[in-house]
Amino acid sequence: MATFLLSQSGFFSMCILFMVGAFGSLAWMHDDVVANWWGNSFAALGSLVAFLCATTVLMSGSTPTYTIPTSFPLLQLSFHLDFLSAFFMAVVSLIAFLCSLYAIGYVRHLFGHYNIGLLGFFYNFFVLGTLAVVTAHTITLFLIVWEIMALTSYFLVSFEHRNKENIRAGFLYFIMTHTGTAFILLSFLLLYQATGAQDFTNMHLGSAAISPTLASIIFLTSLIGFGIKAGIVPLHIWLPSAHPAAPSQVSALMSGVMIKTGIYMLMRMYFDILPPGPVWWGVMILALGATSSLLGVLYALTEHDFKRLLAYHSIENIGIILLGMGSALIFTSYHQPELAMLGLMAALFHTLNHAIFKALLFLSAGATVSQMHTRNIEKYGGLIRYMPVTAACFLIGSMAISGLPPFNGFFSEWLTFQGMFAGVSLASPMKFLFVLSIVSLAFTSGLAAACFVKAFGAAFLARPRSDAVVYAREDSLLMKASMATLALLTVVVGFGAGAISNVLATIAGTTARFEGVRAMGTFSLPAASVRDGFAVLSMPLLLSIVVLGLVAAWALTEVASRKQKSVIDLTWDCGTALTRRMEITATGFSHSIIIVMRGVLRPTRQTEVEYHDAALRYFPKSSKVHFGVPDIYTNFYVRMSGGLSWLSREVRLMQNGNINAYILYILLALVALLVLISL
Amino acid sequence: MTITLWILQLLFIPVLSPVFIGLTRKIKAEFQNRKGASIFQPYRDLYKLFHKDEVISEDASWIFRMAPFVTFGVTLAIGACIPIVSSALSASPVGDFLVVIYLFALGTFWLALAGLDTGSAFGGFGSSREMMLAAFTEGGLILSLLTLVLLSGTTDLSSVATTMRSLPFSSIAPVAIALLAFAIALLSETARYPFDNPATHLELTMVHEAMILEYSGKRLALMEWSAANKYLLFLTLGATLFFPWGLAHTLSLGAIVVGLIILVAKVSLLCLCIATLESSISKLRIFRLPDLLFTSCLLGIIAIGLII
Repeated sequence: MATFLLSQSGFFSMCILFMVGAFGSLAWMHDDVVANWWGNSFAALGSLVAFLCATTVLMSGSTPTYTIPTSFPLLQLSFHLDFLSAFFMAVVSLIAFLCSLYAIGYVRHLFGHYNIGLLGFFYNFFVLGTLAVVTAHTITLFLIVWEIMALTSYFLVSFEHRNKENIRAGFLYFIMTHTGTAFILLSFLLLYQATGAQDFTNMHLGSAAISPTLASIIFLTSLIGFGIKAGIVPLHIWLPSAHPAAPSQVSALMSGVMIKTGIYMLMRMYFDILPPGPVWWGVMILALGATSSLLGVLYALTEHDFKRLLAYHSIENIGIILLGMGSALIFTSYHQPELAMLGLMAALFHTLNHAIFKALLFLSAGATVSQMHTRNIEKYGGLIRYMPVTAACFLIGSMAISGLPPFNGFFSEWLTFQGMFAGVSLASPMKFLFVLSIVSLAFTSGLAAACFVKAFGAAFLARPRSDAVVYAREDSLLMKASMATLALLTVVVGFGAGAISNVLATIAGTTARFEGVRAMGTFSLPAASVRDGFAVLSMPLLLSIVVLGLVAAWALTEVASRKQKSVIDLTWDCGTALTRRMEITATGFSHSIIIVMRGVLRPTRQTEVEYHDAALRYFPKSSKVHFGVPDIYTNFYVRMSGGLSWLSREVRLMQNGNINAYILYILLALVALLVLISL
Repeated sequence: MTITLWILQLLFIPVLSPVFIGLTRKIKAEFQNRKGASIFQPYRDLYKLFHKDEVISEDASWIFRMAPFVTFGVTLAIGACIPIVSSALSASPVGDFLVVIYLFALGTFWLALAGLDTGSAFGGFGSSREMMLAAFTEGGLILSLLTLVLLSGTTDLSSVATTMRSLPFSSIAPVAIALLAFAIALLSETARYPFDNPATHLELTMVHEAMILEYSGKRLALMEWSAANKYLLFLTLGATLFFPWGLAHTLSLGAIVVGLIILVAKVSLLCLCIATLESSISKLRIFRLPDLLFTSCLLGIIAIGLII
C-alpha cells in the first residue's frame, strides 16, 4: 500500500480520479443528481488518495519526484513531494475531502438553477490545481497549475452568475490574481536568469549566484505576487468579495486552503530558495502581519454579511501566520536559527488550524445560507432551535478561531506569542517592533472573540428576526457529518498539539534554512516546552482541567439544588410585549467597538428623518440611519485604475486608423531596434 | 499530603470568594455611613438562590442553560493553575500566564453568549459592552504580566512568584508601572468602578449585571459565585505576583499556613483599596473607558520598554 502511494502511479492515479470526476460530471450535466454525486464523490476519492499519499511521505520520510516526460528542453514538468509540500498537500486534501462530502448535500439547493455538471467540472480541477500547486517542482509546471487554480476558482466565484455582484466579485478577483501572476512570473524569470535552474531544488543550489540586491528585488516581487493570493493587507481587496460569492464548499476551500498556497510559496521562497536576507525582510513581514491581523478583524466586526465576515477573518489569520513567519525571518537575520524555527513552526501550525476551523465555519455558515437564502445575519436569529448541529459546529469553530482553550487555535496563538516573546529579548532595536506585534496579536484575539460572539449571537441565538427562520432545517446527513468531523478535529488537534508540533519541527527542519537545526524546545504529546522551559504547556492537561471544572460545577449544582424546579416563561419585557425589533442586532453589537476605533475605520453615517409636519419638525414619522464602513484601501485602487484608464486613453491617440501612420511606427521601431543592436 | 494540599488549593477560591465580596461591600457601606450587611451575607445569598426555583426564558437555548456551568467551571480551572497554596505545589504545565488569561476569555465568551440568548435588549447591550471592554483589556493584561514574565525568565506563574521575591531594587519602577496596568485591567475584568457598577440593577450603564439579568435560582447562584471567584482570582494574582512575600515555597505545613494567612491579609488589603477607590470616584462614561484601557496598554508597553 505504502509503496503504491509513494509510486508515480499512485500520484497520477490521484490526478486521474479528479479528471474522471471533472469530465464525468460534465458528461452527466443534463442530470443534476448524477452529476452532483459523480463530481463530488470522485473529488472526495481523489482527495482521500492525496491525503494518504501526503501522510505516507511524512511518515516514511522518503521524498519522491514524479516527472512527466516532454520533448521540449524548456518544458520540464515534474512534481516533487518534500516534507513542506507533503504537509500542505495533507492540509489541502483533508479539507477538500470533507468539503466534497459536504458538497453532495449542499449543492442540492442549486439544482435546477445552475449547471451542476459544470460546477463539478470546475470544482474537480480546482482541487486538483491546488494540490498540484503545492507539489509542482518546476517553474513552468508551477505557472500552468497556478493558472488552472486561478481560472477554475474564478469560474467558481462567478458560478452563481444570476447575481450581478458575483460577476463583479469574480472580475475583481480575475484582475487581482493575474496581477499577482505577473509578479510571480517576474520573480521566477529573475531567479532563472540568476541561477539558470528551472526547478526549485536547483534554484536553491544555485542561489549563491543571486546578489543581495537581486534577492531583495525577488523578495519584493514574490511578496506582491503571492501576497495577493494570500490576501495580505493592502493586497486583499479581492478577497472579501470573492470568497462569499462562491458556493460554500468552494468558499471553505478558498479561505481554508487556496490562500495558503500563497503562504506555501512565500515559505518556499524565503526559507528554501532565496539566500538569507537582511533584517528588513522580516521587519516587513512582521509589520504586514500585524496590520493584516488587526485590520482584518476590525473590518470583520463591521460586517453583517455572514460569509464576508468570515472572509475578513481569513485576512486576520493570514496576518497571524505572517507574524510567525516574520519572527522567523528576523531571527534568521540575527543568526538564531533555533528561535527562527519556532516562528516557522507557529506559522505552519496556524496554517493547519486555520484550514480546519475556517472550513468548519464556512461550511456551517453555508448550511445556514442555503436555508435562509440570504447572507445578511440581521435576518437570522434563533437558528439554534432549527439547526442545532450546525449551531454547535459553528460555536466550536468560533471558539477555536478566537483562540480559546482547549481548542486548536489557542495552541498556535500561544506558539506565535512565544516566538515574539523571544524577539523581545533580542539585543537590537527590533525588540520594540516585537512588543508592538505582541500588542497587535493581543488585541486581535480579543476582538476576534468579540466578533464571533456577535456572529454566533446574531445568527443562532435569541428570537428569529425574520419569518424565514422557522422554515430552516438541517437537511443532509453528509453535511452534518463533515461539519461534525471538522469540529472534532479542532478538539483532537488541540489535544494532540504537542505531538503535531513535533512533526512540524521535522517539516521545518527540512527547509534549506533550517537544515540540521533543532528548534529551541521539546515537543511531545504530554507537553510542549519552548526555550529551555521558558514556557511549558500541556494541552491534554488543559483540556482535562476545563472538563473537570465543568463536571465539578455541574455536580455542585446537582447536590446543592436537587429539588428545585425550572419554569419556562417569558423573557422579562418591562411590561410591553417584546418584538423582534427590540433585540440587539449584529450592527448594534459591534457599533461601540466601531465608534472606539473610528479613527481607523472611518465609518460613514447618514440620517434621514421624515416628519409628520415638515414645518414643525417635532414628531418624526420615520427615521433611517445608513451606517457603513468602506474599506479604506479601495480608494487607493480606484485612483490607480483611474490612472490606468487615463494612460490607455492617451495611448489611444496613436491608434488613429491611418495605415500610413502604422507603417511609420514599424519603420521607427525598426530603426530603434537597429540602433539598439549596433550599440 | 500533596493530595490534601491540592484539595486545599482547589477549594480556596470557591470557598473564600464570597467573603471578599462581602468584605468589599462592608467597607463601602462604612464609607457611606451605613452599617451594611455582614461580610458573610453573600454565602446566605448563594444558599438562598440555590434553594429557589428558577425561571428560564422561553427564548433561551441550551447556551443559556450551560453558560453558568462553563463560567463557574472556568474559574475553578484557573484556581488550579495559579500559585495559591505554595509555589512548589502548582508548578504545573498549565501555569502559563497566557493559559490563565485565555481561560478568563473563555468564561467571558460564554457569559456574553448567555446575555444574547434570551433576546432581551438589556442582555444584548450588556454583552456588546462586555465584549468591547474585554477586547480592549486583553492588551494591558497580557503586557503587564509579560513584564513580570520577562523579569523572571519564565511564563509559569508559580516560578514568576518565586523569582519576584528576589528581584533587584532597580526593577521596582517597571514592576510598579506594570502593577498600574494590571490594576486597570483588574477593575475592567471584575466589573468594578469606573468600568461597571456592581451594586446596581437596571441602570442604563450596567454591563455585567445586564448580561445575567435573566438568570434566577441555581444558575444565578452559579453566575454570582463565578463573578466572586473571578474577583478573588484577580486579587490573588495581584497579591502573589506583585507582592510575593509570604507565599510558601515549600510543602511544609507551617509555611503554608502562614502563607495562606498572609495571602488573606493581602487580599483583604486589596479589597480595602478597591472599596476606597469605588467610594471616591464616579463611574466613567462608556466611551471614556477605552481611553483608560489603552492607557493600561501603554503603561504595559512602557514597563516592558524599561526592562528590555
